[in-house]
Amino acid sequence: MSMTDQAAMPKKKNLLPKLAMAGPVSLWMILFVTIPLFYIIVISFMSRGVFGDVVYKPTLESYQTILDPTYFQVILKSLKAAGVTTLLCILIGYPFAYIIARKPKDVAAKMITLLMIPFWTNSLMRLNAWLLLFQTSGPVNNFLMNTGLVSKPISFIYTDSLVMVGLITNMLPFAVLPLYSTIEKLERSLLEASADLGANARTTFMKITLPITFPGIFSAIILVFIPSLGIYTVTDMLGGGKVLYIGNIIKNQFGSIRNWPLGAALSVLLILVTMLLIFIYTRFAKIEDMEVV
Amino acid sequence: MNNPIITLEGVEKRFGNNLVVKNMNLEIAEGEFLTMLGPSGCGKTTTLRMIAGFEEASAGIIKVEGERVENKEPFERNVNTVFQNYALFPHMTVFNNIAYGLTIKKVPKAEINERVTEMLKMVQMEPYAKRKPDELSGGQKQRVAIARALVNRPKVLLLDEPLGALDLKLRKQMQIELKRLQKKLGITFIYVTHDQEEALTMSDRIAIMHDGILEQLGSPTEIYEHPKTKFVAGFIGESNIFDGKVTAVDGNLLTVETEAGSLQVCGEGFAVGEEMHVSIRPEYLEASTSPVAGFSLDGKIKDFIYQGSVVKTTIDLVNGQEVKYSRFEQDQTVSEGQKVYVYWKPEKAVAIKKNEQGAV
Repeated sequence: MSMTDQAAMPKKKNLLPKLAMAGPVSLWMILFVTIPLFYIIVISFMSRGVFGDVVYKPTLESYQTILDPTYFQVILKSLKAAGVTTLLCILIGYPFAYIIARKPKDVAAKMITLLMIPFWTNSLMRLNAWLLLFQTSGPVNNFLMNTGLVSKPISFIYTDSLVMVGLITNMLPFAVLPLYSTIEKLERSLLEASADLGANARTTFMKITLPITFPGIFSAIILVFIPSLGIYTVTDMLGGGKVLYIGNIIKNQFGSIRNWPLGAALSVLLILVTMLLIFIYTRFAKIEDMEVV
Repeated sequence: MNNPIITLEGVEKRFGNNLVVKNMNLEIAEGEFLTMLGPSGCGKTTTLRMIAGFEEASAGIIKVEGERVENKEPFERNVNTVFQNYALFPHMTVFNNIAYGLTIKKVPKAEINERVTEMLKMVQMEPYAKRKPDELSGGQKQRVAIARALVNRPKVLLLDEPLGALDLKLRKQMQIELKRLQKKLGITFIYVTHDQEEALTMSDRIAIMHDGILEQLGSPTEIYEHPKTKFVAGFIGESNIFDGKVTAVDGNLLTVETEAGSLQVCGEGFAVGEEMHVSIRPEYLEASTSPVAGFSLDGKIKDFIYQGSVVKTTIDLVNGQEVKYSRFEQDQTVSEGQKVYVYWKPEKAVAIKKNEQGAV
């Protein structure tokens, strides 16, 4: 009844309660997200001073620099690395999430916890552990040498492959969680109905399981792809600064190199890629009338 | 039975240490409407799922058209299922849901169109072909689920409490629709329900299950008029049941001593001294304020229960057991607290063997 009463009431509303509730968060977001973001966009169109300061003289120089083959290669390489990471995370995460989702609730909760434990430890500690494990005189190489599998230590660290392994382990939970939550909701009777109507396991997966869990897959793509594109800790530590990705370059522009306009321009590019992905997602969600996980 | 379409021989199902279906033997004729009826947990749904292939039988043989299927996958069996929660594919339209089975079997597109349209017409869902399951009511979803199964022209349709989620009025309407559909198509229906009225309305034969055991198999009349076990007598309709011991046999007239007193029932194959049960329907139970010839049990009128079409009168017997009789109108000859003599015509009561189980 209150609903209809409210609807019937004249348009004059007391905005104070709403403002009181939404105000602090809005203020916070405006101060610490919106304004800095605009600042980044603005300085991406400015020039760099001789001493690394920002000179407020409008120019497109930074954006032209991005198109320079050197940078362009790095951007492409980063996109590729993030893409491969995402693909592998989904390929590894999907069967994993599927298995968890089909377990009884209490077992599933334990398995999710096991997945999350490494995630709760400090990422720098984890990355250092990887370095120690795989360094030239580390346990992995020692084992390979002692068992006679190799005669010379393999240089694992500071390679693209180890960066990739690091990215995947870092990002896997982001893929498994949304996948788990959609697969878990998939009713068993739908799979039985499909089998009943003559579909074998493969066909059922392709025609029923996959389409129904697609929102989960897309959430996983967004949750893995976007951070792995911008992440610099993994690439910095496991790549040893030898392997350059867009995240490292941005960090360096704002840090040691002190070319803020270029760093800002690269950031804007990252934001645009992200927005494009989210745009595709919302369009897709609307067309298929599916809920965002 | 000549060429039963479904045969179950010694079928059992075990979940861990729990035997949920015990030594099930059943033959179902082509074109028959068979209902498996029982309280929840009696193994009726499990039996249905074993026929469909969703559960593997722990022991026994399951045959469809004389061919053993117990090791076949669900998609290799020529039976289709209508699920309790409909199990419509949420990402497909009504049309594509119904077309699913035919698409899988790679039926030519023109034929799919024709058959699906025919089904939509049959279940009166033509205007809804392009809708998603989310946009349908419960009754409409049910129609789509039935059409989705029937479009494959199965030999046997398995229905797992298909009307369970519908309201009473719609359920009654769908019962009649389903029965008509089954007669028209001549397909064998195996129907699982816990609703005895539904079973009596729709079935050619009813299989009553209890604790994993097939208690009785027979036509609705047989089941209602001649229950073979105490459970069936109590489960189907309402019954006044007495436990007792035969004290005299005179032809087919038995005299039985119970805690409520000595009473009479017609039955064959009973011996003096044998323990047994006597069941009498409320519509056949009589109460008189004056002593009657033959036998009678002493009791006191407890109260009257108005149930619309009938009024039930409850009587407390001397041993504290409560019995009921029903009349179309309230019995004006008695009043609450009055002493009455309870009796019936011995041929209207049913004599039931003790511990007789799985009698088919």
